[in-house]
This record gives sequence, C-alpha cells and structure tokens, in this order.
Amino acid sequence: MTRLERNERLIRLSLLMIALSAISVLVIITLFIFEQGTPIMFKYGLKSFLLGRDWYPSEKSFGLFPMIIGSLMVTFGALIIGVPLGLASAIFLAEFSHRRLARVLKPVIELLAGIPSVVYGFIGLMFLVPLIREKLGGPGLSVLAASIILGIMILPTVISIAIDSIRAVPDSFREGSLALGATRWQTVRMVVLPAARSGIIAGIILGMGRAVGETMAVIMIAGNAADIPGSILDPVRTLTANIALEMAYASGEHREALFATGVILFVIIMILNTIANITAARQRKR
Amino acid sequence: MKQVAIRVENLSHFYGNHQSLKKINLEIYRNEILGIIGPAKSGKSTFLACLNRLNDLIPGSRVEGRILVDGEDIYSPEVDVVALRRKLGIVFATPVPLPLTIYENIVYGVRLLGRNNRKELDWIVEDSLEKAGLWNEVKDRLHTSALKLSGGQQQRLCIARVLALKPEYIMLDEPTSGLDPISTMKIEDSLRTLKKDYTIILVTNNTKQAARVADRTAFFLMGELVEIDETPVVFTRPADKRTEDYLLGRFG
Amino acid sequence: MRTSPKVEQKFIQVVLYAFTSIAIITLIFILAVIFKNGIPQLSLEFLTRNPADMGREGGILSTIVATISLTFIALLVATPLGVGTAIYLTEYTVESRVTRIIRFGAECLAGIPSIIFGLFGFILFVNKLGFGWSILSGGLTLAFMVLPTIIRTSEEAIKAVPHAYRLVSFSLGSTRWQSVTRVVLPSALPGIVTGVILSIGRSIGETAVVIFTAGSALRMPTSLFSSSRTMAVHFYILAKEGVSMPKAYGTAAVLVISILIINIVTYYLMEKYIRRKS
Repeated sequence: MTRLERNERLIRLSLLMIALSAISVLVIITLFIFEQGTPIMFKYGLKSFLLGRDWYPSEKSFGLFPMIIGSLMVTFGALIIGVPLGLASAIFLAEFSHRRLARVLKPVIELLAGIPSVVYGFIGLMFLVPLIREKLGGPGLSVLAASIILGIMILPTVISIAIDSIRAVPDSFREGSLALGATRWQTVRMVVLPAARSGIIAGIILGMGRAVGETMAVIMIAGNAADIPGSILDPVRTLTANIALEMAYASGEHREALFATGVILFVIIMILNTIANITAARQRKR
Repeated sequence: MKQVAIRVENLSHFYGNHQSLKKINLEIYRNEILGIIGPAKSGKSTFLACLNRLNDLIPGSRVEGRILVDGEDIYSPEVDVVALRRKLGIVFATPVPLPLTIYENIVYGVRLLGRNNRKELDWIVEDSLEKAGLWNEVKDRLHTSALKLSGGQQQRLCIARVLALKPEYIMLDEPTSGLDPISTMKIEDSLRTLKKDYTIILVTNNTKQAARVADRTAFFLMGELVEIDETPVVFTRPADKRTEDYLLGRFG
Repeated sequence: MRTSPKVEQKFIQVVLYAFTSIAIITLIFILAVIFKNGIPQLSLEFLTRNPADMGREGGILSTIVATISLTFIALLVATPLGVGTAIYLTEYTVESRVTRIIRFGAECLAGIPSIIFGLFGFILFVNKLGFGWSILSGGLTLAFMVLPTIIRTSEEAIKAVPHAYRLVSFSLGSTRWQSVTRVVLPSALPGIVTGVILSIGRSIGETAVVIFTAGSALRMPTSLFSSSRTMAVHFYILAKEGVSMPKAYGTAAVLVISILIINIVTYYLMEKYIRRKS
C-alpha cells in the first residue's frame, strides 16, 4: 500500500471516529432522557401519569394531564392565530403583491425569525397581558396571551415556508388555469394551493413543533398554574414550563417526573417530525 | 511498428447483477486513434471507466478478466490507481470546468502532486493550452473564471487539463456531442496532432466522426465487441451484419 | 346567489392585504418597541461597564463576555464534529438504511425543545461530571443543541456540490480526501458557514439551556468554570423580576441588533452562494 493510500485510510478512520462521536452523543442524550424518565412513568402507572389531574410533587402526586392540556391548548391557539395570518400573508406576498414588495419583505420576515423567544415573551408581558387583563378580565397571564404570542412567534416560519412552497408551483399550472378564464384568486384557490399543500402543511407542522417546544416566552406570560384552564382567560402551564420551573430544585422522584415530562415532549416532537417528513417527501415527489 | 500498448483479455464488467461488458478482447496500438462506436448503453463509456479504474468508485462495480497497460495488469493489488488515472486521462461528454480560474483548472492535477513552482506551472499551462488549441483565445485571461468560456472552449480546456499531467493515453467520451461544428472541427484537428505523442481512444456516437478521425474503429453492441478493424475496412466492408445495419442507420 | 368571481377576488384581496398588514405590523411593532426603548440606553458606557447593583446600574459588559465565551465554546466543539460527520456521511459512505436512520435522527434532534437539552446538560455536566454551573457546562450543552443543525446544513451543502466535480477530480488523479478538501468543501463552504452562523444566532438568544447550565451569577467570568450570566439570561431576569426596565430594554436591544446583524450577514452569504452557482 502506498503512503498516499495509508494516509487515506487514516483520514477515513478519523472521520469515522468523529461521526461516531457525534452520533453517539446524540444517541446518549436520547437514551438518557428515556432512561431517567420512563421508570417513574410505569411505577405510578402510565394512566395516572398521563391522565392524573393533580401535580403535587411534594405529595408524590404526578398527574401531567393539566400540562398536557396546557401544551395542546396553547399550541392549538398558536396555530389558530399563526396559520391564517401566516398563510394569508404568504398568499398575498407570493401571488398578489408586486414582486419587489415580496422580494424585500421575505428576507425581512426571515430575519425576524431569529429574535429570541424571551424578547417575544417580554413584549407580551409588557403590552398584551395588561391589555387582556383590562379589556377581557382575568389575570392577563392566560391561555389567550400565550396563544397570541406563540402565534406571532411562528409567523416567520409559516410565512417563509409557505411562500417557498407556493413559488415552487410551476408557472405552467397558473398559465393553464388563467387561459381557461379563471381569475387569479380562483387559480390560487383551485390550482396553486392544492399543489403547494404538502409544503405548506410541512411548514405548519414545523411551526407547531416550535410552539410545542417553546419555554421562556410561555413562562413569562402564561401564568404557570398547574390546573386545567377553564377558559382562555385562565392561567395555564405547559409541559415545557413544567420542566423549566421546577428543575432547579427538584430531586429524587420529583426530578424523575420532570424527565418523564421530557420523554412525553420528545415523543410528541418525534411524531410531528415524522408527519412533516412524510408530507415533505410527498411534495418532493410531485 | 505497431506496438501493442493496451491488451484487453476477456474483460467482463458488472454493475451489481447487471452485466455491462461481455468478454471483450482487443488490443490498442501505440500512437493510434482508436474510435469506438455503437448505440447507447453498449458499454462504451463503461469500457473507458474500466481502463482507468474510475469504475472503482461506483458501488457494486465488478470486473472479470485482465487489462494490461504497457504489460502491467492494472487490476493487480499493487497498482497505484491514482497514478494510473494520470496515465490514462479522460475527457467527458459534458465539459466540466471546475469552479476555478482557467489557470487553476489546468494545474489542478499538477498541484495534487505537490508541484507548486510558479514558473513550472506557467510553462505547463501554456504548453497544454497550445496543444489543445486554446492558447491564443485565452492567453490574456488565464486568471478569470473558467465558467465564462463557451462550450467548445470549455471542452478544449478539459483536454488541456488532461494534457497538463503528461498522460500516455487520452480517452475521450463523446467529446463533441454538445458542440457546434466549428468547435468540433477544432477538437478533431487537435486529436490528429496529438496522436503523434499520445495514444488516443475516442468514444463517439457520431459514426462520421470516427470515419474522419480514427485509424481503427471498434463497434460495441450491448456490451459485446462486435468487430474491430482499420476504419476504412469497417466502414466499407464490415465483417458483421450488425455493424453494417448500424452504419446504415437501420437501428441506433 | 353566487357572487361573481371578480367581486370575490376583490374581496379576497382586501382580506389578504389586511391579514398581511396585521402580521407584518405586529412583527415590526415588536422590533420598534425594543429599539425605541432600548437604543437610547445604548452608550459606550453601557457596553463597556459591568452591571452593578444587581443590574440596576452600570452596563452589561460581563454578560457580553459570557455570551461570547459560551457561543465560542459551543461552536468550537460543534463545528468540527458536525462538519466532519457530514463529510463522512456524504463522501465516505453509501446511501443506505443506516445513513437514512442517522439523518432522520439528526432531524428529530434538531427539533427537540431546548429545555430538554438544558435538562440533560444540567444532570450530566453540572452534576454528574462536576463541572458545576459554568461556561464549560453551558458551552458544551449548547454545542450538542446546535450539533444536529450543523450536521444537517453541512450535509445539504455538500450534497449540493455537483457530482461531476468529484468525478473530474478523481480522473485527474486525486484521492478522496483531496477531492473533498480541494473541490467539495470550497464549493460547499458558503452553505456550511451559513449553518454555523445561524447556530451562533440561536446560541446567543438561548435562555432556558443557559440558565440551567451556566447559572446566573452576575460577575465577569474568569475561567471556564466560572458561572456567569449571558445577555439573554440577564434580560430575562431583569424583565421577570422587574429589576430595571430601561436596562432590560437596553440589553434586549443589544441582543436583537446582534442577531439581526448575524442574520443579515448570513443572508448576504447565501446570496453570494446562489449567484456563484448561476
């Protein structure tokens, strides 16, 4: 074997080591979370864990149901706010506005995607929470506040991906429809949107993932009461907030319960990712 | 005087389960231009890739038989594959200039060898571009991007790039298939000149090109070597009916 | 009675325009508030002096240093690991079920909420390995958080390099590593750098992970093992505890401006990348 070939072998081995290290780190993180979190779930029974309504760690009561509902409500609310606004903006910018406007605005929107969540939470705390408290009642720290702020947070993601998906639809589709006498809106509604559907859905799911995983903004404006909210004006605690709020001082079984919360979050995200991947693959196949 | 430069013995090639070359036997003489013609998927490009072992890079690629270049079996384990590829340079159908300047494209292979002496590289660039017939057109813009050249110029650049490594053999895989007639003519002229110092293997799907340029012509069909002979013989008195049918355009 | 298509379209256009305005105005509003209240706070003093009196006075120098240190460590670890892995996966292996699983895993992990990484970092680095709340713990945890993203963006950038380039390189007598360093990486570099820079932006804004691994001590970090507060954490504490609104706005302004600059740089790099391709 020549010296060059021996060097190549060495390089290949080194790269393999690097890849294995990186991958094993990620695997270890996953396994660690599951290893710490699953035993307690079965110790107290999966059903009582997922459906129990009382979260009193000091009394060994670990019911995550309020937090699961909390995450779901807040995420769902974020979608109700973010998807119509985001989709409408995307359609407007991609199909109905001057091309220069879209060309300027899209990068601006993407820049805004980098604003830290604590900033969003802060603005929500300063402006939205008092507004809700005065005009609608309740403490202000509420499902509504969290939904609105999260909805705004996912706007850049949804808009950006939706615009890309719409732009990816070939012009020939549009030309064919217009040639048959359809208006621009009819073309968008009946031809472009169905064609872009997979990409748009993937973008929405991505936004949903971001909403589910959001921690800091939620802690600042959702109230963090570990009860099932009776209305959207009531405070709420999400799974992520649950972990963040108690991690610093939890020990023993309490800590394990927090890991279990992490496991559930993990599973939810994995499901969302799988769905996103499948729909994205379907878009690519077209 | 007809020295055998390459001897191919019972060469078969497989991509996984699919056999692309079936027991090829032929000889290539030094300083000749061997034309290889045949319809698509006949194994012509695969044959070239076997000669410089570029096929090794394709997973599932397998070779049976022997190829002797200058008497040496190129598939034996001690062979320096990297040196082999320098010895048998290849020019592909679509010109692929690297995203570098014209100068850097030509000296790319030379730099791989660790030779970075500026004077030496300057000389190599001029020499190779002259031989490829491109020097006059680009001598004032050697340090501009190679991507700005026209298709014909890019292909001649690729030829110069191969020449910079001082190969012994130049293999060209349908080099003029996308080019205009003038560029084609320029390249064919270069080949006639280069023949003096190199052994040239020219795969072409344009039979008339083979007739113009090649000393001998080989006809490949579906992985088999149907016949190989002096070009005039193949074109006027083909030994095999299939050759005749192909040349007359009855299929292709 | 069905409205005529033209009337319908006019109506829809108004609706779309309204929604778009709401969305854009809201996003701009957030920026505007931060800048209006925060930029007046920005002065040389603000940026070069340490916080005093729990942050009510002084500047944010120590937090800037902490932020930079943490981000630097995170990228020092994650970039070679991530790019090396991407190179190995794309150049040295064949596409197979194993690589597909690895890719899916990396994509999943890229979407895992940061709080889970914080949990992991807290248990492993702060406790089990005994690093305590420190720049080291924070930096390493952030490194793992951005690792999947760097692997994914690097892989995409490397895959986008035309296969023909590699073929040409090999045919001119290069080894695989030579083709990687002389042709593939230079072509993929803008894409790779974009991914790294975006990870910088993410690290700077990250709060949950940092609080639980680097702590929130309000002092200038003196070593890798010092606990220290980053800008994002400082902002969070100032805001949540109501310590000082003006200082909070100022910190937020610095944060947002830094991230905006980073994103703008990334954007221009991508433009250059796309222009070079065509």
